[in-house]
Amino acid sequence: MSDHSKDPVAHADGHDHHDIASHVRTYLVVFGALLVGTVITVGMYYVHFDSMAVTIAIALFIASIKAFLVAGYFMHLMSEKKVIYSMLAVTVVFFFALGALTLWSSSDMPRNTQAKALYVP
Amino acid sequence: MEIPYTYKPRPDTGLYNAKVGIWLFLASEIMLFGALFSSYILLRVTSPEGEWPLVERAWPHGLLNIPIGTFNTAVLITSSVTVVLAWAALKMNQFGKFRAYMLVTLFCAFGFLGIKSFEYNEKFTHYELRLKDGKVFTGHIEVNGKHAGFWDFGSIYNLDRLGKEQVKEISFTADAPKPKPGEKHADGAAHEHKAMTVKVGDIDKLDAFILRNHTFFAIYFVVTALHGLHVLGGALVLGYFAFPGASMWRKNPEQFTNRIEVAGLFWHFVDLVWIFLFPVVYLL
Repeated sequence: MSDHSKDPVAHADGHDHHDIASHVRTYLVVFGALLVGTVITVGMYYVHFDSMAVTIAIALFIASIKAFLVAGYFMHLMSEKKVIYSMLAVTVVFFFALGALTLWSSSDMPRNTQAKALYVP
Repeated sequence: MEIPYTYKPRPDTGLYNAKVGIWLFLASEIMLFGALFSSYILLRVTSPEGEWPLVERAWPHGLLNIPIGTFNTAVLITSSVTVVLAWAALKMNQFGKFRAYMLVTLFCAFGFLGIKSFEYNEKFTHYELRLKDGKVFTGHIEVNGKHAGFWDFGSIYNLDRLGKEQVKEISFTADAPKPKPGEKHADGAAHEHKAMTVKVGDIDKLDAFILRNHTFFAIYFVVTALHGLHVLGGALVLGYFAFPGASMWRKNPEQFTNRIEVAGLFWHFVDLVWIFLFPVVYLL
């Protein structure tokens, strides 16, 4: 414990105490925003929209903002190195490709089939 | 031999190696959950029109307990902010604060799992009953005067099992009619919470709210249980770093701080999955 300086970690990647302290404030603001986002999402459920598409769009929009806050600030993606961005860009492409492939198979699904015909006890 | 780049950034990536590693792992996790999310969409868009349970294979809405789900979301978000605050505390050389934040994180993690298992139990003891005359109910059953609870192992009943055990009749307490969103009580909510006796010969289908019953439950349990396993795994790792693994702080504080950052990245990812999971399975 005695051989490292008073400030063993802070300078390793160019952060100092002041920097981190301002990060902490950001984290708390993001935390508040996430809680507010959750309340809004649930509140929207009790506001009855006629269209299911609108309900889904709003819920996913708020979820995306929350995800952006978590990824951007808690996971430090706002200021990350290029190699991470490249990796994630590839992942996003494959993520949507996988989703598209899965949904493509929906034309093969037994849609609106009579329940009894499928029910195997 | 010393492992290189545990805290010094590698010249070509500009990052310590573990950070590249965890992001590669998270990329694979995105694909894993991505597959399940697409399966969810596929099952949902191809389900028949109508409202479950009136239409047998239609998509159910509002089956999950929203206040509990909302509370659990807040619990997980709290654990996410405390883990990043724990990392920041190490950066500011405040080990005591680090441990305090880690304790809150662990408390939230196990709180989340406890609440989730309570929710699971609610589903395992909740039944769908379809009679041969076309009447449909959801509610709770008693067989031979015994409430069929999940923790009483093997006590999830279906028609097959009632037949095998030669049960002639069951007692069934139907749920109150479900209020529409925006209403406090359903129309004509003068519901009597009284048990009725149902002859087994009149039953067309009886099953709990479990995987085999409905594609909704299948995808709900698979995806939330997988998420729950991630919470458990993350909590074990964070617990290790909070206590036995923390001895590294004295020997190599920079590497230890990086470990917390990497474990934290995984934890935030688990939170991120829940941010989508919660509206998708509870609200939509």
